[in-house]
Amino acid sequence: MSEVLLRASQLTRRFGGLVAVDGVSLELQRGTVHAVIGTNGAGKSTLINILSGELAASSGRVELRGTDITRWSQPRRARAGVGRSYQRTTIYPVFTVLENCRLAAQARHPRPWAWWADADACPHSVPAARDAAARAGLADWLDRPAGTLSHGQRRQLEIAMCLATQPEVLLLDEPLAGMGAEETERMLALLGELKAGHAIALVEHDMDAVFRIADRITVMVNGAVLASGEPQAVKANAEVQAAYLGGAE
Amino acid sequence: MNPARIVPVLLATLALALWPLAAGSYGIDFATKTMIFAILALSLELLVGTTGLVCFGQAALFGLAGYAVVQLSPADAPASLFWLLPVSMAVAAAYALFMGALSLRTRGVYFIMVTLAFAQMAYYVVHDTPLGGGTDGIYLSLKPVAEIGSTVLLDLGDPLALYYFVLGALALVFVFLALLLRSPFGRALAGIRINEQRMRATGFTTYPYKLAAFVISGAIAGLGGFLFAVKDGYVNPELLSWHLSGSVLVMIILGGIGHLRGAVIGAFAFALLQEFFKSEAIFGDFSKHWLLGLGLTIIVSVALLPRGLIGIGALLSRRLQRRVGGTL
Repeated sequence: MSEVLLRASQLTRRFGGLVAVDGVSLELQRGTVHAVIGTNGAGKSTLINILSGELAASSGRVELRGTDITRWSQPRRARAGVGRSYQRTTIYPVFTVLENCRLAAQARHPRPWAWWADADACPHSVPAARDAAARAGLADWLDRPAGTLSHGQRRQLEIAMCLATQPEVLLLDEPLAGMGAEETERMLALLGELKAGHAIALVEHDMDAVFRIADRITVMVNGAVLASGEPQAVKANAEVQAAYLGGAE
Repeated sequence: MNPARIVPVLLATLALALWPLAAGSYGIDFATKTMIFAILALSLELLVGTTGLVCFGQAALFGLAGYAVVQLSPADAPASLFWLLPVSMAVAAAYALFMGALSLRTRGVYFIMVTLAFAQMAYYVVHDTPLGGGTDGIYLSLKPVAEIGSTVLLDLGDPLALYYFVLGALALVFVFLALLLRSPFGRALAGIRINEQRMRATGFTTYPYKLAAFVISGAIAGLGGFLFAVKDGYVNPELLSWHLSGSVLVMIILGGIGHLRGAVIGAFAFALLQEFFKSEAIFGDFSKHWLLGLGLTIIVSVALLPRGLIGIGALLSRRLQRRVGGTL
């Protein structure tokens, strides 16, 4: 059985009277892609925000490799190995691809006191940044300002920035959003490669892509889990078909 | 480092070094004062241009260091520069720590207003208590000196010595900040300015970075305040006023936010514009309304040069390229 890296138990998040996430439990295992699907407003992004520490859970528990990290801040979780990408691209457009990745890698080797040191010559962050960019397929674009990249390349850069922090858990919020067919294929190939060493949570609306790459799927409706299991079982679930897949199959 | 950037900086430094040979006492005093404001502008540039924190209380840090100089100097003998300078900077840095620790809990317009509130708090302390001498301010009886044993190395009471000391301080601050900005710390500040959310998601606890920037900025503003108090031998509450905080903000906008050179250029441009519009020889009686002329000029400059004076070269080059391209 694969190693469970991240475990969420009975996570709930309330905004006033609205329960955005309602008692959600899931496990992310190394070597697997766990897709979280659901209609808009189902609570998927809120769940990712809770897992990454950007939002505090109203109740419930999050564990990373068995350690309770429920009360840890987002930066602390990131340093402990929980990387995330955003639904909307959040790169640094004025920096080059390499500097975007280098800055991300710097989080592991901050050296803030070294005011005389040249960040571009950092022996820790520069190699990590080059490696992350290469893994994300951006080795030929290192010197390009990130703001001049295509949409697909920007999404790759998001992943590269995550990888530069050397995470074990990747929380990816709609990495395929707005991509063309070719870019989607490239991203799926990348996710397939990353799967081996990471536990990946994938929030995605592209069902073809989800059913191609996911090892497990959790379906959310109104903040709660409607169904969870292997792709074929979820696809065959009558409730899921009625609520989300529109009776497809 | 890019020679196209270094050469103008070196030439400007050389010009300032040679300036006392050509200028009279007024010219030296004017340049000394302007260089001090350039130091203050650089301190604010670290917060606004680098970190994205629009602080409206920079004058408080400047003024408190000035008051520290006067209050801590003995009445009967000149203080030693060796302890008075670091202590004055530490006073400003300590207030910056206090101001930053609380104001950095807020964002956007709230941050601006909280920093203004901190500055006004300091302003009213020196304005309304015997500590600051009220509206009249207080005088520095003897200017500090640097001496070892009985040998005086530097007497800041000498205007020329002060001029070169201020020039050296400006150059040091510039080089320090240039190094800081290319360091991992400086890059983290730039990342915070562009996208703090992403920085946190990457693993940076951003609050200590911003607070450290605030304290460094405060210490540099304190250096400016020290020099100003020594130059004039006098401090008053106006040194802490929101007018000065606003003026420094205008300086860095005028010069070009996001560039150390812009802050220095902005300080000089602001001072020269002030002198120009105050000139009775040029404007006669209208010179009484110099603020109107200054304000209108700044509005027009900002409208025509959104990247500040430092962007003039790039703007002209683009226009020239367009014109040449049009004729071909």
